[in-house]
Amino acid sequence: MNLTTPLGDEVLRLSAGERITLSGTVYTARDRAHARMCTQGIPFNPQGAAIYHSGPIVCADRIVAAGPTTSSRLDRYTGFLMDAGVRALIGKGGMGASSVAALQGRGVYLACPGGCAPLAASHMALEGVLWEDLGMAEAVWVIRLDRLPLIVGTDAHGGDLFSAVHAEAARRYADAYGSGIASCRNPGPAD
Amino acid sequence: MPEPDDPPLLEAITGATCRALLQAERVLPDDVINAIRRARQAETTPIAREQLDRILENITLARESSVPLCQDTGVPVIYLTLPADVPFTRGILDALADGVRRATGAVPLRPNIVDPLTRENTLDNTGPGMPAVHVRPGEYLEITVLPKGAGAENLSRIGMLLPAETDRIEAFVAETMLIAGSRPCPPVVLGVGIGSTFDGAAALAKEALLLPIDTMNPFEEQLCGAVNRLGIGPMGLGGKVTALAVKVKKAHCHTATLPVAVNVQCWACRRATVRVEYRS
Repeated sequence: MNLTTPLGDEVLRLSAGERITLSGTVYTARDRAHARMCTQGIPFNPQGAAIYHSGPIVCADRIVAAGPTTSSRLDRYTGFLMDAGVRALIGKGGMGASSVAALQGRGVYLACPGGCAPLAASHMALEGVLWEDLGMAEAVWVIRLDRLPLIVGTDAHGGDLFSAVHAEAARRYADAYGSGIASCRNPGPAD
Repeated sequence: MPEPDDPPLLEAITGATCRALLQAERVLPDDVINAIRRARQAETTPIAREQLDRILENITLARESSVPLCQDTGVPVIYLTLPADVPFTRGILDALADGVRRATGAVPLRPNIVDPLTRENTLDNTGPGMPAVHVRPGEYLEITVLPKGAGAENLSRIGMLLPAETDRIEAFVAETMLIAGSRPCPPVVLGVGIGSTFDGAAALAKEALLLPIDTMNPFEEQLCGAVNRLGIGPMGLGGKVTALAVKVKKAHCHTATLPVAVNVQCWACRRATVRVEYRS
């Protein structure tokens, strides 16, 4: 299925694990852009918007490489963005429980394979840039997508691929080693 | 024997640093590509296979288009070997930094280096203490670069275990991967440093990432097996291969300590070595 921004209620019908492609305008944002949005407001129309967690390499107005960054660093902003009308967050590695809750009934998290930067860029054209003073990695780049392949990582009904895998990994760890933390005990002063 | 800070020598070091970064950022070493291909063969679910197929496609695209494999072109880590007739000087450190600056335009590298507190970006991937340079004696003047992405670096970890806890090293390594989960772009390579001091163990862990990953000793196999039994899989979406390899480096330590450091490396285990020919 191909979806096109601005997104609407069609995202509510997606299920975790489903493969889609996404077209239309998306906005990159990482740590500093998110922090600034909280104080200065969102610098684009957030209604139906998709935000891409990425700090691309841009050279001569061309996107050279633009894979996703680690989304969980941005967990604290998911509620704020959903309140503003954003419908999709795109990144890698999944998001935390607070984001899964904040997405419910409102939006989805779309996963892109990490590190696959030229491959992702082959589906992109640069439309513009906002907050360029934040620098190449942290600016808000306005990008037109042409059918970027993505997996629905978290759907709008609490379905989340990443937390299911993590819960199983934690269970296997506990079976093998017990639940205690093996590390970081202070052995006391050494002689 | 070159004079200290001989200009042609320094230029050769700058040029070699830039060439090493060009190579490392665009072309993965064969041992890493082969390990990713083996992982693709090992995986059985469509979602895990698809992640590795995209990674392999991306590796080919980066090489054929001469562009960086990942938009995170990393933090510049440099290992320099100096033969007996080349003295280690401030000029050599400056020449290495110049090579990073040159590569920033030539590769291109994303400007990644900032002041840790003000977060002000230097725009040229250098700064006080950057690049990180490690020097040792060697037969040849060689520059090895390890551009280290931040997503995986952020999940690295050190533990000062009790001396009696050698049997807990496996649990510590597996736990580090459990905490890292999907975030460091698995399948990862784990560099493990055991012994030395608090700082020395971390340095060993990073150096372990320079070792070829197509062979593992029995202890490394044991640690890798423990990590892979977690089932985190490619990109944290579940699967058999969470770590392509675990590599270990050891050093002796104080009788009262057992430092264990784990440096997490994403699938893009980028490294390249260039030898500097300077003898006329």
